[in-house]
Amino acid sequence: MEFTDILISLIKIIVMFVVVLLTVAELVYTERKISAWIQNRLGPNRVGWKGLLQPYADVIKLLLKEDIVPTAANHFIHTLAPIISIGVAFSTLAIVPIAGETITMFGREVKMVIADVNIGILYILALTSMGVYGLTLSGWSSNNKYSLLGGLRSSAQMISYELSMGLSVIGVVMVTGSLQLTDVVSHQAGWMWNMILQPVGFITFVVAAFAETNRTPFDLPEAEPELVGGYHTEYSSFKFALFFLAEYANMITASAVITTLYLGGWQVPYLELLQLPVGLVIAAQVLAFMLKVAFMLFVFQWVRWTVPRFRYDQLMNLGWKVMLPIALANVIATGIVILLIS
Amino acid sequence: MQVQTQDKYTLTFWEKLYIPEILKGMKLTFGQMVKKKDTREYPEEKWVPPSSYRGAPVLVQEENGIERCVACGLCSRVCPALAIEVQAAETTDEKERYPELFEINMLRCIFCGFCEEVCPEEAIVMSPTYEMVFTKYEDAILDKEKLLTPVEQLRPRLEFLRAHR
Repeated sequence: MEFTDILISLIKIIVMFVVVLLTVAELVYTERKISAWIQNRLGPNRVGWKGLLQPYADVIKLLLKEDIVPTAANHFIHTLAPIISIGVAFSTLAIVPIAGETITMFGREVKMVIADVNIGILYILALTSMGVYGLTLSGWSSNNKYSLLGGLRSSAQMISYELSMGLSVIGVVMVTGSLQLTDVVSHQAGWMWNMILQPVGFITFVVAAFAETNRTPFDLPEAEPELVGGYHTEYSSFKFALFFLAEYANMITASAVITTLYLGGWQVPYLELLQLPVGLVIAAQVLAFMLKVAFMLFVFQWVRWTVPRFRYDQLMNLGWKVMLPIALANVIATGIVILLIS
Repeated sequence: MQVQTQDKYTLTFWEKLYIPEILKGMKLTFGQMVKKKDTREYPEEKWVPPSSYRGAPVLVQEENGIERCVACGLCSRVCPALAIEVQAAETTDEKERYPELFEINMLRCIFCGFCEEVCPEEAIVMSPTYEMVFTKYEDAILDKEKLLTPVEQLRPRLEFLRAHR
């Protein structure tokens, strides 16, 4: 590990961090805009051009508020919980490859991914399950019955859906034969996207991703009408902003992972026919990746304002009696097909 | 006792799959998303009320700058919210009487339009003004100077009253 290696990693981390933070800010804006359009309203249009600066105004408002910690709360864990949430949300993005070609920086070949670990998929599954600690601990440490209920719900929900998520990913691993995300993407060249090879796995993975990110129709840990905000009821100011940030960063992470595993990552079909120079190829690949992620983010928000929230028993029924058998059957079917072909 | 019961709706196979139904819902919401919105962007684009609209009550000012009011006090008498106060005085004009003091407390006014209906001189009418902001209690009590409005501005309302009374 030389100094230049560390420098290159730092540059990549900072670029990723800034891009994600800016995307989160504009996601808040698009969320409000899309909800408004679906409900036949106009949405925020006062702050800045077309209201584009609205999220920044919101952030300033949040930061200027008083940071309240309930007297009966466990101060240490109450402060730790949002940090866990945000840390997990950001660190998953470290292994998502955004382009296939390498660029030369400081005389080195640099891959367009922060860390190309060979156990990529395991890393994703491990970190997303860590995210549940943030929610559960925040619910427990607030010493509030609604927060506790939200925390409990989140842990039960995450565990139920983690299973079917892992099982749907096994299909991808079987098709690719590797856990490394760069291999997963390069295996999906042309139109051989895993979405087409693994349609059932794709659907179960996307549904599980919705549950993992606590988005409607699975936003039971928050469930405003029943739980007054759920796990973040007792949070205010910067800590609340962190939870908010974590929710949207999780959404970006989920979209990036779905794109990488099922939508072909940075693959652009028929790009090799154009014989473009390397620089343009990288640009096209990064653009393709970003467009795919943006589309998934749009789908996340679109679904949120379309589908009503599940009841708790419906959620559990769906998780254990429907999603799990389907994901299992998908693994078996994939195995049989691979056996027959080879 | 007869109880009406409804058969439980049984879902078809495609409805049980759930995904196609969600896609249908998403199609519907997408249609709403791209639809033209009816929102009026208020401070920039203001609504012009029709002549039947009952806005803030005002006093009609004739072309010669004198109010029509003869201070009969009927409006004050009929006002259900006790918002109007009139004090009469004599004048050398043709109408012989004029209001020395005419005050409407806009915090009490309920915009019922009784004052306008009862006025024998068509001297008090409901204007189309709907933007009333007061930051002090004293500001909300409008005196004669503030109430007087040139007759041209109130022409549509006066014509409406002629046609419908």
